[in-house]
Amino acid sequence: MKGYKRLHNLVFILSMMVSVSVSAAGGAKLMHMEVDLSNQTSLQRGAKTFVNYCLSCHSAAFMRYNRMGKDLGISEDVLKKNFMFGTDKVGDTMKIAMRESDADRFFGVTPPDLSVIARSRGADWLYSYFKTFYVDESRPFGVNNLTFKDVGMPHVFWQLQGVQRLTETDSHDGAHHIPTYEDLELISHGTQTEDEYDQTVRDLVNFLVYLGEPIKLKRTKIGVWVMLYLFVFMIITYLLKKEYWRDIH
Amino acid sequence: MADIEKQVINGLIGLRDWVDARFPLMKTWNEHLAKYYAPKNFNFWYFFGSLALLVLVIQILTGIWLTMNYKPSADDAFASVEYIMRDVSWGWFIRYMHSTGASAFFVVIFLHMFRTLLYGSYKKPRELLWLSGMALYLVIMGEAFFGYLLPWGQMSYWGAKVIISLFGAIPLIGPDLAEWIRGDFVVSDVTLNRFFSLHVIAFPLVILGLVGFHIFALHEVGSNNPDGVEIKKNKNAEGIPLDGIPFHPYYTVKDIFGAVVFLIFFFAVVFFTPEMGGYFLEHANFTPADPFTTPAHIAPVWYFTPFYAILRAIPDKLGGVVAMGLAVNIFLLLPWLDRSPVKSIRYRGMNYRIALTAFVISFVSLGWLGMQGVTPLYTWLARFFSVVYFSFFFLMPFYTAMDNDKAVPDRVTDK
Repeated sequence: MKGYKRLHNLVFILSMMVSVSVSAAGGAKLMHMEVDLSNQTSLQRGAKTFVNYCLSCHSAAFMRYNRMGKDLGISEDVLKKNFMFGTDKVGDTMKIAMRESDADRFFGVTPPDLSVIARSRGADWLYSYFKTFYVDESRPFGVNNLTFKDVGMPHVFWQLQGVQRLTETDSHDGAHHIPTYEDLELISHGTQTEDEYDQTVRDLVNFLVYLGEPIKLKRTKIGVWVMLYLFVFMIITYLLKKEYWRDIH
Repeated sequence: MADIEKQVINGLIGLRDWVDARFPLMKTWNEHLAKYYAPKNFNFWYFFGSLALLVLVIQILTGIWLTMNYKPSADDAFASVEYIMRDVSWGWFIRYMHSTGASAFFVVIFLHMFRTLLYGSYKKPRELLWLSGMALYLVIMGEAFFGYLLPWGQMSYWGAKVIISLFGAIPLIGPDLAEWIRGDFVVSDVTLNRFFSLHVIAFPLVILGLVGFHIFALHEVGSNNPDGVEIKKNKNAEGIPLDGIPFHPYYTVKDIFGAVVFLIFFFAVVFFTPEMGGYFLEHANFTPADPFTTPAHIAPVWYFTPFYAILRAIPDKLGGVVAMGLAVNIFLLLPWLDRSPVKSIRYRGMNYRIALTAFVISFVSLGWLGMQGVTPLYTWLARFFSVVYFSFFFLMPFYTAMDNDKAVPDRVTDK
């Protein structure tokens, strides 16, 4: 009984350690998105958006086309026709033709490699980022971003989403008001409805999460079998221990 | 059929005797396993010694395989880790076991050390056992620190930079010492290369040597137990402790069970949450090291944060470094700070119980504070808990000497 209580305390301490982790992020509260890697068509759509819109300025230098094809159920023919523009070797990694020095001149900063961007930024950050571009004439590309202030990147989805503006930057009493996501307003429509654009962003973020860790699709499935095996083995080793310890006490 | 069986067994016995005539095979087996008598009343807290050994084996094996694919250079390190994660067969599995193993090592060692505080296992005659364990703890901290630079992410880089700069606070030799550690004016390719060398060969060798010393020292004096009773004081006619049982098979089968339970937790992390919410693998470390961009928030990995909180609690840099060093090393003095005649907390008075509780609370709180950004409130909290932390040690000679300890039984009790 005493031993059980001690174990209970330990589990409590360990769970405290885990729950602390939730509060670690700083800055503005991000919009939340539920990542779903089990939806293969969503991942395929995300991949399409990625190669069409991202992969000209950003690379994903650690990801191979054929790995993506294999994981997302895209045949090599389709891969070559619809997903690969810079190379025809399916075993190549997703590199880009733009030189770093040129990129620096175009954007003032080299667009980062996106291979593990979802692991450093997190899905919620990316989801919020893609949805919070707004018109700001003071910026080189005419847009700013609420999630990533003064970002060097243009709003590449403006034709899809349309154009947003920030409704109010200062409150009535003259005090400086820190804009939130609620202050954004769509002033001209794009080719997609709000729901469609939301889905486009969700698909893309799903894909970026996959891109950050391709094994994630299989890791948890393998883990279930490992757990089952260990639980059975635990019972066997417990019975073995009990059998030996019968003669003690 | 039976004849063949008999022949095989006789052959194996012959081989054993052949070796035994040339090497102390049976002697070693008996001294350390079959005839090493351990107290029969070990409880939950006694799993963590063998578990530390298990984690060490995991780290060495996964480390060997990681080294086959990792490239210790500033240009290639980050990419080679991603290569391991994507292109090496089961590379992700090996890497996650290694990264989870690093944190698991500290979980297991902290609990192993806490057991020692609970049952007074550092007290006479186990001072050398305690000192060798402390040496292991210090070397493993170094090992973890060197290893953390290798993925060459932002936290690797800036964490190393901050820690090495601490040496720069030492008067006179400080700046030269920091430069000598880095091998360069800043953390660079040179630093990465030497940390790799220290991580994969120098420190592991020292760890293995110290583990050997630790186990030999343990088997010389014998294990303590939850009652803090010396089982060697009560022996039967053959000189076997009355409360002792052979380590093998009794504790080998028990520890195998403990190992499987541990592996359930371990692989649950490896397969389901290898980043552990950013605690085992920090998010910022998925951005390649960039000497020109300081991350907004530099926090060491969780197992260093209690000491980091103490460092930050003190306004003066040198004072902070000294306090941090003291916080890590002061455990070495425990056998001589503790004046109580009683080992186990079961028979100690309220003084020690309260002191130990306060210490654990301050240690965990400092660990949490070390992960947070600096605010005036947090700084004062860190100062408060630092005082509690050090009071546990500095006041120990007084509160343990005046404690109303209870009578210790002659023999171990059954739970």
